[in-house]
Amino acid sequence: MLLIPCPNCGPRDETEFHYGGQAHVPYPENPNELSDTEWSRYLFYRENPKGVFAERWVHSTGCRQWFNMLRDTVSYDIQAVYPMGVPRPAAPLPAAAVTGTASTGPASTTPLSTTAPEGATK
Amino acid sequence: MSTQHLPEHPDFLWRNPEPKSSYDAVIVGGGGHGLATAYFLAKNHGMTNIAVLEKGWLAGGNMARNTTIIRSNYLWDESAAIYEHALKLWEILPEELEYDFLFSQRGVMNLAHTLGDVRESIRRVGANKLNGVDAEWLDPQQVKELCPILNIRDNIRYPVMGATYQPRAGIAKHDHVAWAFARKCDEMGVDIIQNCEVTGFLKDGDRVVGVKTSRGTINTEKVGLCAAGHSSVLAEMAGFQLPIQSHPLQALVSELHEPVHPTVVMSNHVHVYVSQAHKGELVMGAGVDSYNGYGQRGSFHVIEQQMAAAVELFPIFARAHVLRTWGGIVDTTLDASPIVGLTPVENMFVNCGWGTGGFKGTPAAGLTFAHTIATGAPHALNKPFSLERFETGALIDEHGAAAVAH
Repeated sequence: MLLIPCPNCGPRDETEFHYGGQAHVPYPENPNELSDTEWSRYLFYRENPKGVFAERWVHSTGCRQWFNMLRDTVSYDIQAVYPMGVPRPAAPLPAAAVTGTASTGPASTTPLSTTAPEGATK
Repeated sequence: MSTQHLPEHPDFLWRNPEPKSSYDAVIVGGGGHGLATAYFLAKNHGMTNIAVLEKGWLAGGNMARNTTIIRSNYLWDESAAIYEHALKLWEILPEELEYDFLFSQRGVMNLAHTLGDVRESIRRVGANKLNGVDAEWLDPQQVKELCPILNIRDNIRYPVMGATYQPRAGIAKHDHVAWAFARKCDEMGVDIIQNCEVTGFLKDGDRVVGVKTSRGTINTEKVGLCAAGHSSVLAEMAGFQLPIQSHPLQALVSELHEPVHPTVVMSNHVHVYVSQAHKGELVMGAGVDSYNGYGQRGSFHVIEQQMAAAVELFPIFARAHVLRTWGGIVDTTLDASPIVGLTPVENMFVNCGWGTGGFKGTPAAGLTFAHTIATGAPHALNKPFSLERFETGALIDEHGAAAVAH
């Protein structure tokens, strides 16, 4: 279970949010000129890193605002939240080195605490 | 409910050889699909100078984590064909592999809880019959007769309005399935190499010529990727991308009980699926976590919802104790269908994207993937499941159609 720091409402349970997949996927500038291959890249291909991932979330049952988040897909540590439209913050520290403090992004990056996955077992 | 005893362990299962410096083909991933692929490469194509590389221990990944349900009641023709072929193989494999893995054809019911469910379900029964897949529509009374502990009263939030039923569907003991394949592979000379992690690939231009591993470099003419959950990580190492997103999927088992649950019950709408293992545990699963993850653990709220659904459908489960929960990583595609076929890298082939339903497809995945690796071209059954479909638009959209959400 993730504890997600909504930039507007503060830390809230994962169940209040909906996931929006990879962040920073711009709509094609000239859609009429795209080849089938380019359309397929735009529609179906997303990054799937084992590590830090920039993704979108919406606080469905709270402020109902979308925002971006940097999260480690292995440790589930949340490293930064930042508004839509803002570039991805500079490469954060490796997950192990981040202990709940701010990432080193631009001024718009909101510092936050890490998640606390509860009772997670293998 | 089966009262069969567990099969005895044979004296000898498989060797633990040192990796050789070269093989005719290397399969990456020693789970069910990798072992089945190696088996059919050896049996159908006479390729025995091959290795299966497993980064952990044999079949210790998703093969050891799934809920073992086997069925072929898919909506679309392409899916029905490959899953039904798998089911036919399941029916003959215990004899062929000379190892009883307790394939129990106790039937699978997919419940309908809304008028929309009912219509979709009856449509799927029709589609199944047209494809030669056994399927029936059951009314609530018939559902109750098949599984007496199911609550069919109409005073619950989502009453049971009927179910589709596939009598030939069922469950098998996944560990024994893996061991059965591994034993036969070994007999035919296949090297099963455990604790051998792939760290990169050797390429000559666009062609793969070798595999770099934690136990040295292995030259090979062909590489088959069978590493559910981590397929896109391997593809990245090989220099291409897959339209795959990896998600945690979790399941749980109860303590042991007397036989109470004679079939398999699945519900897409309230989303829980339940069967009772041969030993007596209630085995339950639900959906994937929404976010991408490789953490091999799942969210509490998913378990909470599936337990709420289970207890409403099966009131007697209210006092059952959870014994164990666990999570695996599944690789999902946008159309909820697998990718089995060629890749942009010459002589490298991929079998992935089975999402939450890879176990049931194991024999057909192995058979068709072995054909693809041996001949360099797809088998008729996996041709529609090529990577190209994301460019041509010929998607096989099983989202919501495949009798359970992905």
